[in-house]
Amino acid sequence: MSLWEYANPKKFLTTSERIMPFVWAVSLACLAVGLIWGFFFTPDDYKQGSTVKIIYLHVPAALMAINAWLMMLVASLIWLIRRHHVSALAARAAAPVGAVMTLIALVTGAIWGQPMWGTWWEWDPRLTSFLILFLFYLGYIALWEAIDNPDTAADLTSVLCLVGSVFAVLSRYAVNFWNQGLHQGASVMRVGAVTGSDTAEKVSNVFFYPLLTCIVGFVLLFVALVLYRTGTEIRARRIKALLARERIAS
Amino acid sequence: MIALLARDMKLALRAGGGFGLGLAFFLIVTVLVPLGVGPQSALLATIAPGILWLGALLACLLSLDRLLALDWEDGSLDLLATAPLPLEAAVTMKALAHWITTGLPLVLAAPVLGVLLNLPGPGFLWLVVSLALGTPALSVIGTFGAALTVGLKRGGLLLSLLVLPLYVPTLIFGAEVARRGAIGMDIATPVLMLAGITAATIALLPFASAAVLRVNLR
Amino acid sequence: MTLNASDLAISRGGVRVLEHLNLTLMPGRALVLRGPNGIGKTTLLRTLAGLQPPLAGAITGAADRIAYAGHSDGIKPTLSVTENLTFWARVFGTASIRPALDAYRLNDLADRPAGALSAGQKRRLGLSRLLVTGRPIWMLDEPTVSLDVSAVAMFADAVRAHLGQGGSALIATHIDLGLDADVLELGPFKAVPAPLDDFDGAFA
Repeated sequence: MSLWEYANPKKFLTTSERIMPFVWAVSLACLAVGLIWGFFFTPDDYKQGSTVKIIYLHVPAALMAINAWLMMLVASLIWLIRRHHVSALAARAAAPVGAVMTLIALVTGAIWGQPMWGTWWEWDPRLTSFLILFLFYLGYIALWEAIDNPDTAADLTSVLCLVGSVFAVLSRYAVNFWNQGLHQGASVMRVGAVTGSDTAEKVSNVFFYPLLTCIVGFVLLFVALVLYRTGTEIRARRIKALLARERIAS
Repeated sequence: MIALLARDMKLALRAGGGFGLGLAFFLIVTVLVPLGVGPQSALLATIAPGILWLGALLACLLSLDRLLALDWEDGSLDLLATAPLPLEAAVTMKALAHWITTGLPLVLAAPVLGVLLNLPGPGFLWLVVSLALGTPALSVIGTFGAALTVGLKRGGLLLSLLVLPLYVPTLIFGAEVARRGAIGMDIATPVLMLAGITAATIALLPFASAAVLRVNLR
Repeated sequence: MTLNASDLAISRGGVRVLEHLNLTLMPGRALVLRGPNGIGKTTLLRTLAGLQPPLAGAITGAADRIAYAGHSDGIKPTLSVTENLTFWARVFGTASIRPALDAYRLNDLADRPAGALSAGQKRRLGLSRLLVTGRPIWMLDEPTVSLDVSAVAMFADAVRAHLGQGGSALIATHIDLGLDADVLELGPFKAVPAPLDDFDGAFA
C-alpha cells in the first residue's frame, strides 16, 4: 500500500469521487459559517470601520493564491521525478484556480485599499507582488494551452513552474526593496499578515476565529476544485488518447 | 563552442540577420517617450533611468523569438543536439551571441540616449554599469523563454508573456541602480543584487534551457 | 562497435507506433528501413539518434557515435557552402572539409551562399556534412529526396566508401541505392493498441 497507488488515473478517479462530496460539504459549510460570522457577528474595527470585514475574503484568497502555486510546484516536481501523469494534470488543474484566487486577492485588496488609502490601486509591495504572481499564472496557463502533445506540455510547464518559483521569490524581494517603507499605510495591512507568529498580537480573537473558519473553507474549496478539475483533465486526456488510438487503427 | 558563437555572430551581421534592429528600436522608444510625456526636462530627467531600462528590456525581447526558432526550422538544432557539444554549452553560446549582438550595443548606446532624456550627469556611469551587469541576464532568461516556445508556430507573443514576468527582478534592481546613481544615492545593495541575479542566471538557467530544448526536440 | 537495439518501443506525439523491435547494425554494414508512410521510420531514427527517449527497450552503441541527417539539412542560407561545412567540421572537431566537397562535387559551388543553391544542391551539401562529422554510424532519413540520378550515385558512392572504412549506415529510403544492404521491414513491428479497459498511467 503506497501513496503512489493514487497516481493511477483510475484509482484516483474512484477515490476522489468518493471523498469529493465530503470536501465540498465541509468547505461550503465552513465558508457559510465563517463569512456570516465574520460579516454580521463581529464588531467593526475602531479605525477601519466595517471595511475591515473584507479580510474574510481577502486573506484566505491571498493565502490560497500562494499555496496553489506551491502545490503546483510540488506536483510539477513529482511529474518530473516520478512521471505520474495525474500529478502533471493536477498541476494543470490547479493553475486557473490559483489565478482566480490571486485575482480575488487583488480585487478585494483594491476595494479594501480604496477607503484606507484613498485610491483604488496603490503600488504597495504586497499588492504588486500579487500582480506579478498573477502574470506568472497567466504565463503558465498559456503555455499549457499552447502545446498539443500532453507530455511535452507537462514537461515544459513543470520546468517553467520551477524556474518561475525562483523568480517569483526573487521578484517578491525585489518589489519589497523597490518600494520599501514608502507606504506606511501598509502597516495597517499587517492585520492581514495572519501567517506567522504575529497573529496573536495583531488580530484579536474576535476576528481570528471566523477568519480561521474562512481559511479552512477556502483550503477545502481549493482541494475540492482541484480534485474535480483533475478528474476532468484525466477524462479529457483519456478521450484524446482514445481518439489517437482510433486514428492509428484506421 | 567558439565555432557556434562565430557562426551566430556572422549570421546576425549578414543580411536579414536583424543586427541593429534592437538598437534602432531602443532609439525609437527613447524618442517617442518625450513625445508622449511632454518635453519638460525635469520630468524627463526623473524618469530617464526607468525609460532607458525599459527600452533596453523591450529591445532585448524583440529579437528573442528568432534566437532558436531559425535553428529549429532548418534542422540545425537536431544536428546540434547530436553533436559532441553539450546542449547546455550550445544554449549558453546562443545567449552570449544574443547579448553581443543586442545587449552590448544597447549598453554602448545608452549614454547617448541618456543625453536625449536629460539624464543627470552622475547617472551616466551607473546607467552603463547597470545595463552592462543586467543585460546578460536578460539574454540568458530570454534564451530560456525561446527554448520553451521554440516548437510553437506563433510563439512570439507567448514568449513575451512567459519572459516578461521573469524579467521583473532584473528590471527592478537594474533600474534602481540607474535611478539611485542619477540622484547620487547609495547603490551598493542593488548593484550587488543585480550582479548576483545575473551570475546566478548565467550559472543555472542554461541547464533549464537545455532541458526544455531536449523536450521540444523529441 | 555495433549498434544494438533490443525490444524497442517508440512513440510519436505520445502515441506508441512501433514495439518489440530488435535491430543490429554491424560495422561495415548498411541497413535499409522500409515501411509505409507514417509507420514510424523517422521516429525510429530520431530515437536511435538519441533525440527522443524510447518508451521501452535498450539502445547500445549509439551515444556519441552517430551522425544524423533528417528531413532538413541545417543549412544557413546566408552562409556560403564552405562556411556551412566549416562550421560543422569545427563543431565535430574534424580537420578538413575537402573530402566532403570532393565527394559531392561541391568545389565549384564552394563560395556560393547556400541560399542560392537549388534544392538538389542543398541536399548534396546537407549530405556532405556527414563526411565532416567523422562519426562511424550514419543515420539518414530519406536522403535522396530532390537528388537527381547522378547525385544519387554520388551518395551511393559516399555510403559505399564509408562502409569500406568500417563505418555503418542506417537509411530510411524507398529507392534502391544499389548497395549491398540488409532490409528491415517495419510493418510487422507496428504497435498493437493496448486493450481498451487498460486505463493505466499511459492513458493509451
